[in-house]
Amino acid sequence: MEKWEDNRAWFLVLPVFVIVAFSAIIPLMTVVNYSLQDIFGPGNAVFVGTEWYKEMLTDKRLHDALARQFLFSGLVLLIEIPLGILIALAMPKKGWGVSASLVILAIPLLIPWNVIGTIWIIFTRPDIGLFGVGINSLNLLDVPFDHTARPSYAWITLMAMEVWHWTPLVALLCYAGLRAIPEAYYQAAKIDGASKWAVFLYIQLPKMRGVLTIAVLLRWMDSFLIYAEPFALTGGGPGNSTTFLSIYLVKLATGQFDLGPAAAFSLIYFLIVLLFSFIFYQALLNVGKGEKAS
Amino acid sequence: MARIEFDRIAHAYQPNPERPADYALKEINTVWQDGGAYALLGPSGCGKTTLLNVISGLLRPSRGRVLYDGREVTALPPEKRNIAQVFQFPVLYDTMSVFDNLAFPLKNRGYRRQDAEARVREVAEMLDLTPDLNRKAAGLSADAKQKISLGRGLVRSDVAAVLFDEPLTVIDPHLKWHLRRKLKEVHEQLKLTLIYVTHDQVEALTFAEQVMLMVDGEIVQVGTPQTLFENPTHKFVGYFIGSPGMNFLPCTITGETATVGQTAIAVSPQTASAAATRPGKLELGIRPVHLELHDRAIAGGVPATIKTVEDQGSFKVITTRFEGYTVNIRIPEDHPVPAGRAWLRFPPEHTKLFADERLVG
Repeated sequence: MEKWEDNRAWFLVLPVFVIVAFSAIIPLMTVVNYSLQDIFGPGNAVFVGTEWYKEMLTDKRLHDALARQFLFSGLVLLIEIPLGILIALAMPKKGWGVSASLVILAIPLLIPWNVIGTIWIIFTRPDIGLFGVGINSLNLLDVPFDHTARPSYAWITLMAMEVWHWTPLVALLCYAGLRAIPEAYYQAAKIDGASKWAVFLYIQLPKMRGVLTIAVLLRWMDSFLIYAEPFALTGGGPGNSTTFLSIYLVKLATGQFDLGPAAAFSLIYFLIVLLFSFIFYQALLNVGKGEKAS
Repeated sequence: MARIEFDRIAHAYQPNPERPADYALKEINTVWQDGGAYALLGPSGCGKTTLLNVISGLLRPSRGRVLYDGREVTALPPEKRNIAQVFQFPVLYDTMSVFDNLAFPLKNRGYRRQDAEARVREVAEMLDLTPDLNRKAAGLSADAKQKISLGRGLVRSDVAAVLFDEPLTVIDPHLKWHLRRKLKEVHEQLKLTLIYVTHDQVEALTFAEQVMLMVDGEIVQVGTPQTLFENPTHKFVGYFIGSPGMNFLPCTITGETATVGQTAIAVSPQTASAAATRPGKLELGIRPVHLELHDRAIAGGVPATIKTVEDQGSFKVITTRFEGYTVNIRIPEDHPVPAGRAWLRFPPEHTKLFADERLVG
């Protein structure tokens, strides 16, 4: 094939550059711009350098929010990933049960996020909610169940919401991964006398690595950015117990109108998500990969 | 190691089979002797893999009994049968090293570590896998992967049999030859019962001591490669084995003469007398390699027209027209080919008769 010496191909990707510029790069640069200035009003801004960054990095409330965020995302991953795998393993492999379970699993994914918040708030309300009334009527808790009564109650409700909402995604991804394993692997395992556990450990889990990477990344990023659910449930309370990074950020930006610190915060937030996504991606990519001849 | 026996085995994949065509395996009675090297040969879809899966227990037959050394195992799953099977595509445990892959069947059966290690090293040596033992299995080439699969099949010394389901399909031709020879060597060293499924007659005929030819869910003939070639008992065997396959010409018989169209062809007295008592559609069959080709009329020769000549390297295949039928002849490469018109001679000792597709006499 003849090779063209000029760089005309760049023109073909130009439209994408323009779209990306307007949808991502220009807004991002605006945030960078804000993070470096103190804005008093339109046309009245003072360049402050890295001051906002220093302020945010030493902000106690940000540290607390970050710690809560890590705890929350960590717990979410620890519950959703194994649970999703278990559900995928238990799902039927043929017959009408396949479509039925797929539809049931898809339901939580189709419901808008704030509606999920509302559903769970009503479900756990101590006066009318099925769960709230139910658990309180058992008289097991020293303080009656109410999201605003104790941080742990708010957390339990949030985790339940999150797990209910997103485990199906993990399960669907894992199910797709499992269905892609050729029958011969299971036959060979039977011939080799492998136990169910060995089949899981040496066939199913390694073959699910690709989909699990996607599941972990999606769930990590998404749970790290959680906003609608705690906002709908308690608005970050009780106290600051469910004030995650995004809740704090929105309070800072639109509540207190501290655009400079909020912008610096946003960029730090963005870098944390990026960094951890990269770490997970690399870790999962390299897990069980061949070390060459020793 | 064991003698494996099929007692009236039949299998249908659908729940309520009615017609014979519903069965993937029609009634099969056969025996695999301890220590033999068998090939199951047949066209795609004839039921070879089904039969293999019934032997190993991956599939429970609809009817009949499977016996290992006289003990019924029909209801036992593969892990309780002590059998090894190698599949068409390499099956590897990606996260394990080559060594662990080979040791896996032993580990699952609670072999002692030293015994397992000795055995794995022995098998690895036979299959030239020793340098790769410590590598991860995932990064290896397709043929190395399939060698690991073969190795996992061979690693247990006490198995009833090792079953191969077209294991060399994914292997490059030159390595195929090499691996086939390896398998033969392994068989000679270990004296394991090997059952090898293939649709490639060369593979079957070079590998096996006994070839079982299958068609449409039935075993039509069992015998040494030579028997299958020289004395096919079924028209399909003649047609499927040999390159090109046997020539078949519809005929009638009077005395010791078979008549194809208007032409009389002499057959041996035994064949003729056996054919006289058999009803049904009669066909004359002869191997292309047994036909004689002459450039002038000879005694007992019949005239034919030469259509095409194919030079296949060490031999030539001549396609002729005779009495409206196509007849193939295989001759050595240096044999002269007459132009246009030729005379064929059917040596009576190689001229067979088939009544309703079955050999007469």
